[in-house]
Amino acid sequence: MTAAGLVNSMVLSLLDKAPPMGVIPDTVPVAEAAVRPELWWAGLILYLPLLSLVLCGLCAAFKVKTKLPAWLTTASLLASFVVSVMLYLNHEPPGYLVPLLSWIDLSWAGGDFVANFTLYIDSLSLLWVMFVTGLGTLITFYASEYMEADLGKGYTRFFAGVSVFLFAMVALVLADNLVMLYLGWEGVGFASYWLIGYYYQRPAAVAAAKKAFIMNRIGDLGLALAIYLIWSTFGTIQYDELMVVLREGSWAESYEGWTIDVIPWFLMLAAFGKSAQIPLYVWLPDAMEGPTPVSALIHAATMVTAGIYLVARTYEFFLLSPESLHVVAWVGGLTALLAATIGMAQYDIKRIMAYSTVSQLGFMFLGLGVLSTYGAVYHVFTHAFFKAALFLTCGAIMHGFAGQLDLRKLSGLIRIPGWRITSIAMLIGCLALAGFPLTSGYFSKDAILAEAFVTQGPGFEALGWMAIFTAFLTAYYTFRVWFRVCAGKVEYEPGDEHHGDDDHGHSDGHFHPHAPRFAMNFVMAVIAIGAMVATVPYFLDTKADEALAGGWVADMVHDSTARGGLPGLDGHGQPISESGAHDHHDHDDHAHPTILGMDPHFAMYIISGVVGGLGLLLAAWLHLFRRQDADRLRAALMGRWWIAWLPRAMERKWYVDEIYIGLVRAPLWVASHLMYAFDRFLIDGVLVDGVARIPRLVARWFQPLHNGIIQSYAVTMAGGLALIALLMILFLQFWNIGGGG
Amino acid sequence: MILLASAFGQQALAHYLLLSGVLFVIGLVGFLSRRNLIVMFLCTELMFQAAAIAMVAAGRYYYDFSGQVFVIFILTVAAAEAALALALVVLLFRRKSTLNAEDWRELRE
Repeated sequence: MTAAGLVNSMVLSLLDKAPPMGVIPDTVPVAEAAVRPELWWAGLILYLPLLSLVLCGLCAAFKVKTKLPAWLTTASLLASFVVSVMLYLNHEPPGYLVPLLSWIDLSWAGGDFVANFTLYIDSLSLLWVMFVTGLGTLITFYASEYMEADLGKGYTRFFAGVSVFLFAMVALVLADNLVMLYLGWEGVGFASYWLIGYYYQRPAAVAAAKKAFIMNRIGDLGLALAIYLIWSTFGTIQYDELMVVLREGSWAESYEGWTIDVIPWFLMLAAFGKSAQIPLYVWLPDAMEGPTPVSALIHAATMVTAGIYLVARTYEFFLLSPESLHVVAWVGGLTALLAATIGMAQYDIKRIMAYSTVSQLGFMFLGLGVLSTYGAVYHVFTHAFFKAALFLTCGAIMHGFAGQLDLRKLSGLIRIPGWRITSIAMLIGCLALAGFPLTSGYFSKDAILAEAFVTQGPGFEALGWMAIFTAFLTAYYTFRVWFRVCAGKVEYEPGDEHHGDDDHGHSDGHFHPHAPRFAMNFVMAVIAIGAMVATVPYFLDTKADEALAGGWVADMVHDSTARGGLPGLDGHGQPISESGAHDHHDHDDHAHPTILGMDPHFAMYIISGVVGGLGLLLAAWLHLFRRQDADRLRAALMGRWWIAWLPRAMERKWYVDEIYIGLVRAPLWVASHLMYAFDRFLIDGVLVDGVARIPRLVARWFQPLHNGIIQSYAVTMAGGLALIALLMILFLQFWNIGGGG
Repeated sequence: MILLASAFGQQALAHYLLLSGVLFVIGLVGFLSRRNLIVMFLCTELMFQAAAIAMVAAGRYYYDFSGQVFVIFILTVAAAEAALALALVVLLFRRKSTLNAEDWRELRE
């Protein structure tokens, strides 16, 4: 449905607006974006998830025990998706603004601070909002069946969380200013916490939710600081005004300082937190404690791409300080490799998918870093489909086999009746993830890999080879899962999660997996088809600039704020030269880069195809044809001390969690206990209790007077009076003043 | 006025104050030495009256009516307080059938 709709709309739009051939839109409009209040209905994209949240709240209030909340949420999200597609069909570049509500609108002498609920509709935000709402609809529909064991318990809470998430995500994507983006940014973090901790009775889920939230908070700090610095340097946080300011370059005349060198680093911190990159990636694998639809929706397809979106949206800031882009590229490449090596050695299929998500996000950051925003965005787009397919199939397996996720205990699913759609959908997802030739992941990954060889940067060529090696590992671990779980002879053991329904047929003492029914099969099939069809945009004609390879997605990027990262365009999105724009390999300082003497884009088709095929073959040997060889290989590796550390470290995730515990948690633990002792003994003991002890000590001297004998009180009183009288007399006589004298 | 002032000189004032002091000390000693609640109460009344006499005498001496006004107040308050205190004494007596003040030491807590 999603993919078909997308293709339809793309074709329609191309028929609608056939570009004049040969005309390159060379100048970037410097004027502020047009305001189009007549498109107020675009706000429905934002309001509909909010409405479904309210409806879910009502369902909770009336204790609805049916699947009503799921249908309400699915319907709202579907409507939201339809509105986004309508908006796309109405779209004409460049971007424009749709004001909804006045939110923060302050002005004073010499400045202002404006952050309204205004939507910034350009091709980048449209692309994002379409796949977010489209996949959101499908995954919610899937969840209506997946979550049915919780009917009447957490069912409504789950769908309310999904609604909150989609509202926040759409706000993040459609915001026209950084403060509204920040609102969405925090909102998705909160929704993620809500949904990871959905099974709040399980300590692991609670810990994972906290971990995700805290890791994200570190990134949020970076975003908050970046917003502040952007405002204080450029005087505005609205994208359209920022782009005008940046392209006119007038800010540079009065600018002296360090802020533009720091802003991209803070933005990077924010993006690395949300999109799970080194050093903040450890939360994402743990986030698999949430229900699987959540993993598919939030932690694979949509939320984790918010970091990519942020960098693409604020790309001009990165172009102002190029070394920040080098760091983005290296962090992305290293994360991709690290996560792939960990993914190779895990046994939990959902966790393997989680590490592959981290790894693929690393590829996207690599693309952003090597000036291939197009490749990054295309990879986001294809990854959203194939990773959703993979997670949803994992979820179906988990659902049917009572929580079994160990790939050693599942085999031959494709031969079990009822599991064919699951297995085939998983195969399609695996092929795309592995970058098998002519799949969607193949083209989007190539766009990134090739650019790593084209763009000049510190060690980018080495980085490119590293990424190719990572692609090999990706193909291997992906098909390790598929060959183990779906192929081979039929064997399985159930997991230990027996949810309420009796489909498993425990009565006869045997375990019967229950195959997914209509909703789950339908969604898996649609998303798998979407993962295949995501190849099509690559071959669609580029209307904006025929020198640009990459079709529809490249068009979408070209018309947005991220155009600075397109090949053939310089940092400000202007063509490098009229002739150079036609041959985009003509980079000024690195003419005709080659791989092994071939054009990199062409060479990459071959190299990555071969590499993907090799990974697949290795996986087929070790995990399909001769599974005992895998065990023998493992035994051989573990038996030699000089190599045994490698598989062990990979299995234990390179001890990163342990290192974090040692570097961060243990010192914090010590420091907090020192603080506790300080507070307890110095503040409480000496200051508070010590001061309080003084009146008690004084009181102890006078306590004997309080003996309950009235006469003794009277004596004290009379004595006191006499004392006062005596003092007064002495006083008066000494000073010789007053009455008597 | 002068006639009045001369008729009540320092000599007269000294006598009155002496009377007041004696009365006060009698009351105080009585209060301290006796254990019977009613007697102790009467002793406080004595001390009251000693103060009242001092007030009236001083007011007369300085030709200032404030002293007399105060005495009226003292009498009023004393009357009210007598009603209250005697009622309390009756209640206390009902509890323990004794008027000895020392039996009520536990009231200190």
